[in-house]
Amino acid sequence: MANRQATGYTLLFATAICIVCGILVSSFAVSLEDLQDANIALDKQKRVLEAVGKLQPGEPIDEAQVAERFAPIEPVLIELTSGEAVDGDTATFDQQRRARDPATSTEAPGNLARVKRVPDRALLYEMRGDGGELEMIVLPIEGLGLWGTLYGFLALDADTTTVRGITYYQHKETPGLGGEVDNPTWKANWPGRKAFDDDGDVRLAVIKGFAGSAEEEPHRVDGLAGATITSNGVTNMLDFWLGENGFEPYLNRIRAEAN
Amino acid sequence: MAVKKSEAALDPLFNNNPIALQVLGICSALAVTTKMETSVVMCAAVICVLTLSNLTISLLRHQIPNSIRIIVQLTVIASLVIVTDQILKAYVFEISKQLSVFVGLIITNCIIMGRAEAFAMQNPPSLAILDGIGNGIGYSAILMITAFLRELFGSGKLYGYSVLPTVSEGGWYLPNGLMLLSPAAFFIIGGLIWALRVYKPAQVEMDG
Repeated sequence: MANRQATGYTLLFATAICIVCGILVSSFAVSLEDLQDANIALDKQKRVLEAVGKLQPGEPIDEAQVAERFAPIEPVLIELTSGEAVDGDTATFDQQRRARDPATSTEAPGNLARVKRVPDRALLYEMRGDGGELEMIVLPIEGLGLWGTLYGFLALDADTTTVRGITYYQHKETPGLGGEVDNPTWKANWPGRKAFDDDGDVRLAVIKGFAGSAEEEPHRVDGLAGATITSNGVTNMLDFWLGENGFEPYLNRIRAEAN
Repeated sequence: MAVKKSEAALDPLFNNNPIALQVLGICSALAVTTKMETSVVMCAAVICVLTLSNLTISLLRHQIPNSIRIIVQLTVIASLVIVTDQILKAYVFEISKQLSVFVGLIITNCIIMGRAEAFAMQNPPSLAILDGIGNGIGYSAILMITAFLRELFGSGKLYGYSVLPTVSEGGWYLPNGLMLLSPAAFFIIGGLIWALRVYKPAQVEMDG
């Protein structure tokens, strides 16, 4: 037992443990990576389907069904500042990574959504009807809530102003309070609201209390009880991403093409 | 070491419950118990990690140098937790999304480290496995009771199914928002510890 206390033995043992554990962890990480990436991609597709109303929250659905319902939806890569479509691999596009890299992003001007950097490109989705006409646009949105950044999708009608749905695929809000951004009943408040007013300014806001129907209050959405900061976060991220630093150039292009 | 097998496995349930008597592992007990579904996965993850870490440490107990034993235990536990997290992300993605950081935080769950240091370092593998399973189930029992009460009164549901229809969904039940916040878990666990100590007065800690 004496040699158990020896420095040489201790170092040897520590090295051995590190190597064994390192190999164990990395082999699991590498072998499961494909499955995990597939899960993440599938989950994103499901959230897009939810935003456009082609998938009910909590509805069990398999991979083939997702692919089938996703058929009319086309991922489109755009340059944010011009709003023009650009070529690029949509499958491997990682907007978060792009926003972190100084070479492919710019510093965002001060904004309430606390978006720090804006990527040069963004991946959005266009849903087209049988005749190829634009039906819906799904924009990625992100912004700070209470505990962290919320990532989600906003579906707009081809008129670029009527909301068709909203959904979040990643957030850290308190379950039951801010986490209610996932609540289907709350999300059902969104379709029919108008994101812009007649002057073209972003007006959509989550308010405190009940907002009433979409006809009475086109620019207001019910607040989340007990989650003022999350509610404001949702308002702020819409304000940012629909505004001039976000998708405004793109939406302007769609409007111009429609006329 | 005169620990009987049945004692190793059964003692942690009531007589020496890791949460109720040893008051360990409270952090995750507060965090993941708002819903039963997430709690079940969390419990399964903790039972696996605890059993495997106890087994590994027990197998290595004669080889581990005393001066670095805590670090070795941590390394083993951390590796097992990362592997568990990877498996959850690959096979039950939806739930792992909800558990978010808390699977990773199993590393800091005092129960696992506590059992490795207090039991697995002194006992043979067979006993260590039983001790791991027993403590895991003891932890799970408290977690599930807490999750049951929090989900029922906090969102009117059990395991995701609506039991008390809430006002926001057109029913009559006004959910108790406090139940969804961490302090509610403190109240419930406190109540459970109190109830257990009324039932078994020997667990009451003496002053002085």
